Amino acid sequence: MAAKQLIKDHFIELRIFQHRSIVAIVFTIVLFGILAARLFYLQITNHDHFTTLSQNNRVSVQAIPPTRGLIYDRNGIILAENLPSYTLQIIPEQTKDIDNLIEELATLIEIRDVDIKKFKKEVKRKRRFEGIPLRFRLTDKEVAIISVNLHHLPGVEIQAQLTRYYPYGRETSHVVGYVGRINEKELKTLPVTNYSGTNHTGKLGIEKSYEALLHGQVGYQKVETNVRGRVLRVLERSNPTPGDDLYLNLDINLQKVAAEAFEGKRGALVAIDPQNGHILAMLSMPDYNANLFVNGIDSKTYKALNTSWERPLYNRTLLGSYPPGSTTKPFFALAGLELNVIAPDHEIFCPGYYQLKGKSHKYRDWKKWGHGKTDITKSIVESCDVFYYDLAFQLGIDHMHEFMSNFGFGQHSGIDILGERSGLMPSREWKKRVHNQVWFPGETVIAGIGQGYVLVTPLQLALATATLANGGKLYQPQLVHSIKRKSDPIPRLVTPQLVREIKVNRPSNWKKVYHAMTEVIHGRRGTARRLNKPDMRYKIAGKTSTAQVFTVAQDASYKEEELEERLKDHALFMAFAPVDNPRITIAVVVENGGHGGSVAAPIAGKVIEAYLSQFNDEELKAAQKKQKPSAKKKPSAHKKPIRNKAKPSIQQTHNNTALFLNGPEYQRHKNLIQAHRVKENAHG
Amino acid sequence: MASRSSQQGLFFRMHIDLTLLLALLALIAAGQVILYSAGGENIALMQRQWIRLGVAFAVMLAIAQISPDTMRRWSPVLFIFGTIMLIAVLLVGTKALGARRWLDLGLFRFQPSEMMKLAVPMMIAWFLSAGNIPPSNRRIFAALAILIVPVLLIAKQPDLGTSLLVSSAGLFVIFMSGVSWRLILGFVIAVISFTMPMWLFLMRDYQRQRVLTMLNPESDPLDSGYHIIQSKIAIGSGGSFGKGWLNGTQSHLEFLPEHHTDFIFSVFAEEFGFSGVLILLALYMFIIFRGIYITTQAHGTYARLLGASVVLTFLIYIFVNIGMVSGILPVVGVPLPLVSYGGTSIVTLMAGFGILMAIHTHRKLLAH
Repeated sequence: MAAKQLIKDHFIELRIFQHRSIVAIVFTIVLFGILAARLFYLQITNHDHFTTLSQNNRVSVQAIPPTRGLIYDRNGIILAENLPSYTLQIIPEQTKDIDNLIEELATLIEIRDVDIKKFKKEVKRKRRFEGIPLRFRLTDKEVAIISVNLHHLPGVEIQAQLTRYYPYGRETSHVVGYVGRINEKELKTLPVTNYSGTNHTGKLGIEKSYEALLHGQVGYQKVETNVRGRVLRVLERSNPTPGDDLYLNLDINLQKVAAEAFEGKRGALVAIDPQNGHILAMLSMPDYNANLFVNGIDSKTYKALNTSWERPLYNRTLLGSYPPGSTTKPFFALAGLELNVIAPDHEIFCPGYYQLKGKSHKYRDWKKWGHGKTDITKSIVESCDVFYYDLAFQLGIDHMHEFMSNFGFGQHSGIDILGERSGLMPSREWKKRVHNQVWFPGETVIAGIGQGYVLVTPLQLALATATLANGGKLYQPQLVHSIKRKSDPIPRLVTPQLVREIKVNRPSNWKKVYHAMTEVIHGRRGTARRLNKPDMRYKIAGKTSTAQVFTVAQDASYKEEELEERLKDHALFMAFAPVDNPRITIAVVVENGGHGGSVAAPIAGKVIEAYLSQFNDEELKAAQKKQKPSAKKKPSAHKKPIRNKAKPSIQQTHNNTALFLNGPEYQRHKNLIQAHRVKENAHG
Repeated sequence: MASRSSQQGLFFRMHIDLTLLLALLALIAAGQVILYSAGGENIALMQRQWIRLGVAFAVMLAIAQISPDTMRRWSPVLFIFGTIMLIAVLLVGTKALGARRWLDLGLFRFQPSEMMKLAVPMMIAWFLSAGNIPPSNRRIFAALAILIVPVLLIAKQPDLGTSLLVSSAGLFVIFMSGVSWRLILGFVIAVISFTMPMWLFLMRDYQRQRVLTMLNPESDPLDSGYHIIQSKIAIGSGGSFGKGWLNGTQSHLEFLPEHHTDFIFSVFAEEFGFSGVLILLALYMFIIFRGIYITTQAHGTYARLLGASVVLTFLIYIFVNIGMVSGILPVVGVPLPLVSYGGTSIVTLMAGFGILMAIHTHRKLLAH
């Protein structure tokens, strides 16, 4: 080694080294150049891109759900409210020994093993600074106990949320409906942004149909979070706009009276103010408790409700299609008079049956031996079928269809909640279209007593009665009276919508029918004379019906006695009162109730009584004097709305209405109803 | 020499290169500023770093007093001692974070691989300086054989970053010794022809995948890729002038991992932007050029080879760290020299600068 060292050439060595040093310098410059170029690319060229990513990293937007609008009845009694419900949470990060803490909590309030199990599962899933619920729906007492002890329970928190609550959950179940957790299907149709913080949406009734108004506008806050998602500070906040409050035309006291009167029966009741189409009561029985659905109903209860043969979930007021039976008689009588088919003093002889010329088939009257000589009044009071067999034959199905359609038979009423059926008022055209068959004269005859193809929903029957009572004005039935936006000082009224005004040829024709209907209650032989009491402050006009149930679904699962029950006649009753100044019209259907006069009429009587008791004698008669001159006007004259019961406060709000009704949310509500209707038409 | 002031003369007599010292102090000052931010304004953390810096400066000054000739004579001893220690680490070392890197000596923990960053180039410089320059092919292969032993031992721990730095330190010595370009080319071709068939025929799919993920971490955004993505966001969002000191959101909101150790450059880039980055790079470049200047002035083969290796290894530190955090190199654990928080590497680096100072200031003695 030493020998080799001796022959070292220092000059060559130094040259080599200097050469390599230059290479090293170049190498250094190249590497630094690469780094500088890379950093230039990241920091200058792509700066915007990375700035965005950095923002997305740290800033997250949290939705703040709006408070759902409240629902009141016509007197300001709350029907749907948001109640705080308390949840006990534990934040793992702030506790030392979770098991110990739970043990301690268990000595204070009830904590079930299921709760602990669920909690432990959540602990593994969630982040340590997030509150994890241990107990839901604490009672006030439990909240108090925990609050007092909170100081030595580190990491324990009581969280308050708002939960929808229906104080009259049973009585209003079909009308107000309920909210429930948003399901997958709804997730696709609801506006994504606006529902980003919302868990519940309206499922039925007002809650569903007015979802767009009740929900409100979502708020948000921009927060800065660290890598674990913990919120460090709020950067920006935009408060949510609460949903609008709704005031219904519904009178909850009336609804309660109706429900009580209906106890133990199946059926439906609809009461309408004939002066504006306001729905005063709307009941489908049996009912159910809407509160069960708010936070998810358990499957056992749901199954029981859904499979019960009494079908409590079925809204009979909108969906129940019943043969109207004799309740059509006043309308057909009016048709005969107005179309000049029969004279006011028209009379027939009723032998107890009717025969078409050249046919042997006998159309029976309910009274085997017949009513004898029968005029229009008697035909209504005693409900003579033969009179209407004959009248129907003379009118012909086309005229019947046209006339009855004016009263809303066979048509959607346009009520402001979803899901109504149209009922059916048959015609030649309809039979051709649907059954591809010609119309037989015999079918006209039975249509004359509201049987056969004729079907009506309780809502339609009430609406037709209201149209009859008010002299031919068909108002769109309306559940919502006014809408109170949080920013508005007073609610905005939803204007009554006059759909059509039926041409009155001779007011005396109408009076004649009213008179006959009054006799049904107050006459000696009236079918609903049990409603007549000696000290009544007002007179009721009405018509009973005992409608035959023609078919029962051929479902083998019906029990014997059930089947028997289901083959019984439906009891129907329609009425309005006071006769001279109608303030309420009502339609009652009691499924398989038997006789209309004895079963359906008393229910209506109670509701009428309850409603009219709030008016003094003056109010009940007030319009009487005004009405008479107008009735004497020329027959062709269109009546102006003369009975005005509007309260001063409503008048006051009236001016604001037009503006509001064009708002986008209201339009969405309208569209929803419209879309549903189109869909339904396509189905049926 | 004659033009130097008496002040510099004083430093020179203390075996300190003032230019290098000032540049290092500037760099360390910048490092302290960014460490304060990256460490979450933690004074206790800063104090621990100051102790390390104190020790490192002491080591640097101490080593600067040793003449290169003495170093050369002790090189084989140091190397053999280090290699034995590496074997000991593999046998009885303390395990931490899945790697066996430390020897627990009771009083303190010792990381032999750090020592090898200097012991290996010293050994190879000793070996090559004993023979002809440029060395014969046989001596070069012998030098490579010396190099491969500690590199494999360190890679086995596993410590990819250190084994990379140790091997480049050794290779730089061989390179500076004047190995022919033909041989370098042959070496590169050999490496490629060895890895290509291995890649194509010998490796299984999952192994290939693992290598690919290492080379392109973004293909695995949840695991190792996450670090690089967050680091690039930090650097890129810094822009021209940065978000300002203590205002880096990526690091302060903890999106950036290891933000006061290996990824501290990303914090710097986020808070001071491209302009700050250029100043930092310029400072590093100045130190490297000063180091190369020192080696070209050095007396003796050993001193030249060792000095150049120390400087170029410092360059590799910088390039690998910044290349790694900016996403052009795979993630290997290499700190940003003199800036990253952490003990042993700072001591080793300053020891290296001590060697450079020794090389520079012991020249007259050698000349005589």
